[in-house]
Amino acid sequence: MKKYFEVSTKTIVATGLGAAIFMLLFMYVKVPSPVPNTSFQTAYGVAAFFATIYGPIAGGLIGFIGHALNDAIQYGSPWWSWVIASGVAGFIFGFAYKNTKVEEGEFKSKDIIKFNIIQIIGNAIAWLLVAPGLDILIYKEPTDLVFAQGLVAAISNAISAGVIGTFFLIAYASTRTKKGSIKKN
Amino acid sequence: MNKKPIIEFKDFTFQYYSQAEPTLHNINLKIYSGEKVLIIGPSGSGKSTLGHCLNGLIPFSYKGDIRGSLKINGMETRDLDIFKLSRFVGTVLQDSDGQFVGLTVGEDMAFTLENDRVPTEQMKERVKEVAKMVDMENFLTSSPYDLSGGQKQRTALGGVMVNDVDILLFDEPLANLDPATGKTAIEIIDRIHRDSNKTIIIIEHRLEDVLHRHVDRVILINDGRIVADMNPHEIIASSLLNDNGLREPLYTTALKYAGVNVTKEILPGHLYSLKTDDIKDQVKNWFKSIDKEEEIKEEKPLLKIENLDFSYDSRRKVLRNINITINEGEMLAIVGKNGAGKSTLSKILCGFEKHTKGRIFYKDEDLKDKTIKERAEIIGFVMQNPNQMISKNLIYDEVALGLRLRNMDEEEIKERVNKALKVCGLLPFIDWPISALSYGQKKRVTIASILVLDPKILILDEPTAGQDYRHYSEIMEFLKHLNSLGVTIIFITHDMHLMLEYTTRAIVLADGEIVADDRPSKILTDKKTIEAANLKETSLYNLAQMVGIEDETKFVQTFIDYERWLKSKDEQ
Amino acid sequence: MSNKLFSYNILDTPIHRLSGLTKLIGFLLLTFAVMFSYDIRVILAITLFSFYVLKMAQIKYSQIRIMVIYVAVFILINMVLTYLFSPEEGVKIYGTRHELVRIFGRYTITLEQILYQVTKALKYVSVIPLGIIFLLTTNPSEFASSLNRVGVNYKAAYAVSLTLRYFPDIQREYIDISLAQQARGLDLSHKAKLVDRFKNALVIIIPLIFSTMDRIESISNAMDLRGFGKYKTRTWYNSKKLAKEDFIAILISFLIFLLSIFVSIFINKSRFYNPFI
Repeated sequence: MKKYFEVSTKTIVATGLGAAIFMLLFMYVKVPSPVPNTSFQTAYGVAAFFATIYGPIAGGLIGFIGHALNDAIQYGSPWWSWVIASGVAGFIFGFAYKNTKVEEGEFKSKDIIKFNIIQIIGNAIAWLLVAPGLDILIYKEPTDLVFAQGLVAAISNAISAGVIGTFFLIAYASTRTKKGSIKKN
Repeated sequence: MNKKPIIEFKDFTFQYYSQAEPTLHNINLKIYSGEKVLIIGPSGSGKSTLGHCLNGLIPFSYKGDIRGSLKINGMETRDLDIFKLSRFVGTVLQDSDGQFVGLTVGEDMAFTLENDRVPTEQMKERVKEVAKMVDMENFLTSSPYDLSGGQKQRTALGGVMVNDVDILLFDEPLANLDPATGKTAIEIIDRIHRDSNKTIIIIEHRLEDVLHRHVDRVILINDGRIVADMNPHEIIASSLLNDNGLREPLYTTALKYAGVNVTKEILPGHLYSLKTDDIKDQVKNWFKSIDKEEEIKEEKPLLKIENLDFSYDSRRKVLRNINITINEGEMLAIVGKNGAGKSTLSKILCGFEKHTKGRIFYKDEDLKDKTIKERAEIIGFVMQNPNQMISKNLIYDEVALGLRLRNMDEEEIKERVNKALKVCGLLPFIDWPISALSYGQKKRVTIASILVLDPKILILDEPTAGQDYRHYSEIMEFLKHLNSLGVTIIFITHDMHLMLEYTTRAIVLADGEIVADDRPSKILTDKKTIEAANLKETSLYNLAQMVGIEDETKFVQTFIDYERWLKSKDEQ
Repeated sequence: MSNKLFSYNILDTPIHRLSGLTKLIGFLLLTFAVMFSYDIRVILAITLFSFYVLKMAQIKYSQIRIMVIYVAVFILINMVLTYLFSPEEGVKIYGTRHELVRIFGRYTITLEQILYQVTKALKYVSVIPLGIIFLLTTNPSEFASSLNRVGVNYKAAYAVSLTLRYFPDIQREYIDISLAQQARGLDLSHKAKLVDRFKNALVIIIPLIFSTMDRIESISNAMDLRGFGKYKTRTWYNSKKLAKEDFIAILISFLIFLLSIFVSIFINKSRFYNPFI
């Protein structure tokens, strides 16, 4: 378990900058979905990517800080229920950390499946459990409503994290070099 | 100097885990307390690795095998961690934005003290003291977005000096600065050296700029080995710079052209130390002997900018009354301070921003209603950092991107991509992953990915930033080749060598206006434009003055023409 | 394009003079008070109080206009959806049924539903002025130290500070990359096929991520070299000492928080205020 929770300076910097990118994408880069007036949040793809590279602490904080600051700018105050859910999603994505061969320059079928199972679990827990649960607890939102909203979020964020996260990890793996392999030309 | 060494490498070898061979081989080097040492070497020589060993980033952040010994202040560094080392060694990194982590100058300078748990009140006192030393006391509450590159670097310097370290390590301090700011930086480092008597180590490849002030020793590194350890005069008198792919000072090149035997006796290490009494006549005679007729080129206007104004809001104009005619086949430079409007102008040309007044013509066509995408087929823009453009894994896909987005059929795409790759010398790498390429090769990929759209004009933002002489020459010769194929090229740059060696015209912007539009030899010898654009006079100008040549501009032009003639002779 | 995330402006009001720590504590206490309570009287009182503080801080409508619009839209949608999904939620909660109008089928309007939905909307509204006050009157440089002083681990607090520091840089880079890629022909609009839309977004995001990763490396080196993480705690250059006013403000916030809990436990005997029985 310990391997997941080491916090180095790099983890902190990745968290800070990752949260900045999360916010930026949350605000500007949405992929319009086939359903009118809805879109895929590319931000969750980035959160999944950073969580896989830098671990659950970074992933969780990126989701939490990024979403909280985004809400603060947009609405003046964070909506805690969904902010916390974003944090939980990012945290769970982080269990892909050191569980794939991406750092060694390989991200193939087995790793892709592993990563996607983890991100789907993360999205399911965040949007079908945490977000609706907190909405009911804090605001007494109608159960049907929050679960319907949660389901939409879970599906669209899982697609976003799946497509974008997977592409990133493949691209990142191709930039990694194997140990002792670089020779000067 | 009979002091004890503060830094001592003994048979020191280092190999990164990811590398198949050591990056540093058998280094033996002593640096004494209070010395000012310059470490030079081409990129990939190991000079930065040496710096990382001194400040502890190796092995703290970069893992590898260490053999031999490195002692700082008499202590073996492998027994110290990065935190203990940072008490003796303060590092000013080349990326001043990366080093500036605080939200304001004061906070950033206090960063080390915060981590050392110094009480707030005491911290504020100390920061004030240090801010004074680096001339930043009036900016303590400024945020990094309001500061110039030089001010950010001074903040970084203050940030390591709060700790009262013994050794100051500067890792490529000139890399991100314009010439005038770079000159000031070298002067500040020199002042601190004299006032505090700290040991100073500067890692750079821009030799001439560092030698603007005194240094005790120059250590030349290549292929991970120390090639030379001598004083500035000795190294410049030797052939070691050229042999190791480094640029010698321009004034020494001029002396050699004039047939002067550059020996250490004439003290060529610094411009200010150079003894000109015995060589004056030689230089003057050479200057007189060269008489070149003005070459008159036929001028065909390609791009015309007329009375152009631009502002983001209605209050302040970023560009005012810009008039430029760019002729077909030109290679020209747009220069000016940060914020003078250079990048805004290029954004307007590419259609990223819409000008508020005036007109832009390509040949006789008004570009007003052309979209970004359409303009890209006339004017291509290459960003400074190739990593900011590359999004594909394979070279072929990256270059084909622009055509695929235009829904061209794959047959034609293939043809055009192959052509662009051929022009850029990348055909042998066609199936390579981009990550396996060097920086220069990546740069070519991005240029190819723009060329594939067949633009008539190419705008390049600082194409050689951070490159050593060999890579600089490689990139620039390639661009010259492109130019000879008929592409008109505009550089946005601070690089004075680039201007002198590769352009025939420079346009100087200051506060949104054109203050000069002339030959580089004229621009770089004119005090007023030099100041307006944060440039500095070329050392050729100073040399001309020192030997008593009155027409300095003509001397500089003669040098340029002579050098081009030499090169073209070489090529034949 | 603005360089800073929040349009924090320096004024000399009693609210601006409070330390960031005080404002953070006040924000958290009052937010929790309204999140906990479902008593419209308590929520209304806190809302009025926070609007009064908003006025005291001399925040102008023009500064917060866009936020107000976003919130209004959000609440409107939420109200409509709530009613569509669960027109009987109020009846379920309060246990009585005072029907006013029957629209059709199961859709009727009851007093209970009105109270439930108005209370809920007010709960959403009430936290907005609190957040705005905190954001617009606190020097961002005090964010991190304040978070640390309310017990957040200093490394996590510093991550927030880094987000504020580097967001403008990353934003500028994003704009530059996006323009350069548009020149190559990139189209982010609805016209493209869904798969292509994802691919096109990647053409911008991939270079952004990779150049950010280079930046992460150089920033973390710079921080390591300057001793970040050396000890279990750290001090802060920007942390104000608490003055008398700070203690008073914290006390007021705390009392309001207690009041909200007290009303729930001893008066309503639940989180809900039920005027129907």
